[in-house]
Amino acid sequence: MWKLRQYLRPYLLTVAVVSGLVFLEVLATLRLPDLMSRIVDEGIARGNLGLIWRTGAVMLLVALAGVACSLVGSYLASRASGAFGRDLRLGVFSRVGEFAPRDFDQFGAASLITRTTNDVQQVQQMFHMSMRMAMRAPLMAVGGVLMVVRKDAQLALILLALIPIMAALVALTIARGVPLFKGLQEKLDRLNLVVREQLMGVRVIRAFNREGDEQARFSRANRDLTQTALKVSRLMITLMPLLGLLINLTNIVIIWFAARRIDAGLMQVGNLMAFLQYTMQTFMAVMMLSMIFVNLPRASASAQRLAEVLDTEPSIKDPLQPKQVEQARGVVCFDQVTFSYPGAEKPVLSEISFTARPGEVIAIIGGTGSGKSTILELLLRFHDPDSGRITLDGVDIRELSQRDLRARIGYVPQQAVLFSGTIESNIRHGKGEATDPEVREAARIAQALEFITEREAGFAGEVAQGGTNLSGGQKQRLSIARALVRRPQIYLLDDSFSALDYRTDARLRQELAQAAKEATVIVVAQRVSTIMHAQQILVLEAGRIVGQGTHEELLQECSVYQEIVASQFGKEAVS
Amino acid sequence: MSRPAPGRPTPGRGGGFGPRGIGRPVEKPKDFKGTVKRLAGYLKPHKWRLLLVLVAVVAGNVFAILSPRIMGQATTILFAGMMGRLQGTGSGVDFAAIGRILLFLGAAYAGNTLFNYIQQIIMVTVTQNTVYQLREEVSRKLSRLPLKYYDSTAHGDTLSRVTNDVDTVSQSLQQSVLQLITSVITIVGVTVMMLTISPVLTLLTLGMLPLSIAISTVIAKRSQQYFMRQQNILGQLNGHVEEVYTGHRIVKAYGLEQEVADAFSRVNHELYENGWKAQFVAGTIMPLIRFVGNLGYVVIAVAGGLFAARGAITVGNVQAFMQYSRQFGMPITELASIANVLQSAVAAAERVFELLDEEEEPADAPGARTLADARGEIALRDVTFGYQPDQAVLKHVNLEVSPGQLIAIVGPTGAGKTTLVNLLMRFYDVDSGAIYFDGHDIREIKRGNLRTMFGMVLQDTWLFEGTIKENIAYGKPGATDEEIYQAARAAYVDHFIRTLPQGYDTILRGDASGISQGQRQLLTIARAILADPVVLILDEATSSVDTRTERLIQKAMARLMEGRTSFVIAHRLSTILDADRILVINDGQIVEQGTHEELMALGGFYAELYNSQFVAATA
Repeated sequence: MWKLRQYLRPYLLTVAVVSGLVFLEVLATLRLPDLMSRIVDEGIARGNLGLIWRTGAVMLLVALAGVACSLVGSYLASRASGAFGRDLRLGVFSRVGEFAPRDFDQFGAASLITRTTNDVQQVQQMFHMSMRMAMRAPLMAVGGVLMVVRKDAQLALILLALIPIMAALVALTIARGVPLFKGLQEKLDRLNLVVREQLMGVRVIRAFNREGDEQARFSRANRDLTQTALKVSRLMITLMPLLGLLINLTNIVIIWFAARRIDAGLMQVGNLMAFLQYTMQTFMAVMMLSMIFVNLPRASASAQRLAEVLDTEPSIKDPLQPKQVEQARGVVCFDQVTFSYPGAEKPVLSEISFTARPGEVIAIIGGTGSGKSTILELLLRFHDPDSGRITLDGVDIRELSQRDLRARIGYVPQQAVLFSGTIESNIRHGKGEATDPEVREAARIAQALEFITEREAGFAGEVAQGGTNLSGGQKQRLSIARALVRRPQIYLLDDSFSALDYRTDARLRQELAQAAKEATVIVVAQRVSTIMHAQQILVLEAGRIVGQGTHEELLQECSVYQEIVASQFGKEAVS
Repeated sequence: MSRPAPGRPTPGRGGGFGPRGIGRPVEKPKDFKGTVKRLAGYLKPHKWRLLLVLVAVVAGNVFAILSPRIMGQATTILFAGMMGRLQGTGSGVDFAAIGRILLFLGAAYAGNTLFNYIQQIIMVTVTQNTVYQLREEVSRKLSRLPLKYYDSTAHGDTLSRVTNDVDTVSQSLQQSVLQLITSVITIVGVTVMMLTISPVLTLLTLGMLPLSIAISTVIAKRSQQYFMRQQNILGQLNGHVEEVYTGHRIVKAYGLEQEVADAFSRVNHELYENGWKAQFVAGTIMPLIRFVGNLGYVVIAVAGGLFAARGAITVGNVQAFMQYSRQFGMPITELASIANVLQSAVAAAERVFELLDEEEEPADAPGARTLADARGEIALRDVTFGYQPDQAVLKHVNLEVSPGQLIAIVGPTGAGKTTLVNLLMRFYDVDSGAIYFDGHDIREIKRGNLRTMFGMVLQDTWLFEGTIKENIAYGKPGATDEEIYQAARAAYVDHFIRTLPQGYDTILRGDASGISQGQRQLLTIARAILADPVVLILDEATSSVDTRTERLIQKAMARLMEGRTSFVIAHRLSTILDADRILVINDGQIVEQGTHEELMALGGFYAELYNSQFVAATA
């Protein structure tokens, strides 16, 4: 929680006010037994009926004041904790937005989603609970003790002697309970994981005939969970009644000593009755507090996870004074670029050098993991090279603002990613202020017009989350249209046609070549047939350029390229 | 059917405020009675223990109900002593009587604690055992369910039945049932005690009842509406976050950060507006109920005081009455929440039972055999099959495969290629006709035995959380490290693994982003190689691997599978040129069979498919 103090700060005043209100409510609660003792000692004992009525009226007012404080406090606490959650959620979301892909991948999408939603919820709940209940407990304890001392200082000694024992028991519960509860959560997560894996992998499990082993794995997780759950429950079951017994025995001791004091005329019965109630309320408050502590580990684990996100500085930042490119043309130059993923033994790209000019198509071909896509990602500044530099029109891209850099690029990834909305809104993600004809034209070039107009709603047709209501090929074409609509200086196409059938593929390439005539096009490809006519082909193997030139040149001199061609066209194509 | 797993709030587990469940939306079970009956069946083996629990609950509560009365006697005596002193008539406090009463009181407290402990410790053992059994049963069930179930049910749905729902049942069994009994006993017992003290005061206390009930129901209803709306907005927010995070790179590449942040802020704000109201409204229930309690307290203090002043009631009894009225208020509000909790528990149990009632995979036929020295000869005779009864995916298919042959299966998407695999491995059974393995109908072979004959690499790679080593060795438990390395080398993934920081001990996680789809596929290939099966099935296995690597893998496979039957399903025609036979499937039928040359000469569907690629390639 402490790590998130920056988000708590705006609500400190509210916390203070709520604490004040809780305190008032506690005072009201404590005042009631006090008034009741007056009814007994002065009203009943002296037969003063008027006093009983008057005291009753005061009690009613006190009770009303108590509930009023409580309601206002609840209102303020709800607003504050809600706003705290809102701010925190936005903070996490914005921070994730600033992340470079490497920072992002360090957590993984699934984990970040959980953090932004569930973890924030947990922490928010805890904040609320702390304000409403955690405050109440110590205030009640302090108030209770004060009242007891005021009523009868000598008798209060009994209570004061018992408080350390009580505290020790509660501390023991917390010390033993907190790790157990944490363990319980872990065991539960483990069981969840096992089941999820078994659901996803059912074919493999059955194919390898491992149902037995998987069931044993489940049983282990299940047994583990059950045993921990039993331990947790047994702890609670043992300690809670023990605390209760302690409170009750205290009552007996108090009555016994009070009897002597009453007998000696040092104390009145009404006071004893009030005293007993204070004792009870004090102990109840302490017990409540221990319940909150039991909940703490979960919230603190969530807070920890949120702090991790918030404390991660984006590894790629804009320069303080970004440069502007004077004459933007779109000349891309890689100069001895070497890059490795964090923690990897070997660089994924080594000493990559090439220049791509407007009006040219540069194709990159090579094996899986040879680093083709990484080249595109470096140009997008998703990562920064370890050494060497990448320039755009002569300016190192690290000196540009990321926004300016990326605004000049039309990127089409391997996996088409669409957002929920309409077909039009998805294309417009490429250029917010595009005119309708521009959107239409982009769709036409991307060979998407046909299927769009066939749909009932046309461009206004809905796109579901993740684009699940479109086929792979349709998604890919919209993703291409999105790049086209910006009319960028640089196109980055990462094997972007894999889901298209051959005829659409061919038509699209033709149109695209026309539309991108004056742009710099860098394309990652699997099939030689699609890049044979590129001005320059880079052949990548294990992160190095092992061939560079036109199709014909490479056929002559690059053995890796020959191999690729042979694998796709058969031997005769090479010779 | 497909409830998203995260949407439903999980009750319990240290939840939060006051009585659980009050003011939160409740799910209603479809068949309350039947489900409760069935749930009771699980508790039947524990019936003696439960009886003991019941006895303990009753005994514990009797002690709890008696103790205020006993304490009141002490107060009365003290009051008498005090009055005696005040009026100078009595002889002070009767210590012998006080001592006796306190002894009784101590015994009552001890009895209450003891029985509470007994009931809880037995109950927790019973419920945890029951839930353990229930989960085991679900797990066993899952391993007996046919693939049909897995293919037609959302994973999140099944997952939440196994974990959340079972958990809900356990929580409720453990706590709510006891609470329910306790509440009922307390209400009855306390009412009786109150009546014996003073019917008039009892009436006054009961007068508070409608107020409590009104508060619990009216506010709870309001708050449920807010929570329901909050749940919806939360769903929207989750969806947005999921979408933006999955598309993180695109958001960056297209500079959409501001746009998505604005959209997020809108939903986030809406969530806040609704959330705090939900929280507030739910948060008013407890204070209001406390207030009603205090109101009762005041009424009794005044009325009791008036009666006592007239001598119509003893002071001790007024004190006892106050304690009773407090004891009385709690179970009333608790009952309201328990009803909710129990209802959602029964609904949860119902979902678990639904899963347990799913139709299972038929057991192995009696006398099913185990094949020794399998050769890998496969035959399909007049096979017809459909996922839906009236929609056949395969119609009267015939096929003979000799041991060691490489069979390539090609055809447009959805033509029924994966179906063949489903049938061969008996993930599904044929509707009519039969499949033979080494001349035996596969329905007469033990399923487990049949499946070990096949090694397969599927389109969606499945790796579990564990080291790379463990994942590769999955197909052959107890494989040596050297065997694992060899398999990895054969799948051309050894080099990649060694570039990872922890090498073969790298732990793969569900969202392992450092490992590409292609590499994951290579790992599954290594796994299949290590398993050393009689028949190999590659289901578009190499679609994410570039053609060059794919060719290398094919070479390794070719070497490995000398004398083994294998099926390759692929879109890319260049990868299947090595096949002994090509099956062209279209519209659920094998439309052509033969070698590449034969099929080209035929000039049919296959030739068209092949030419369309070649033409595109040279255009």
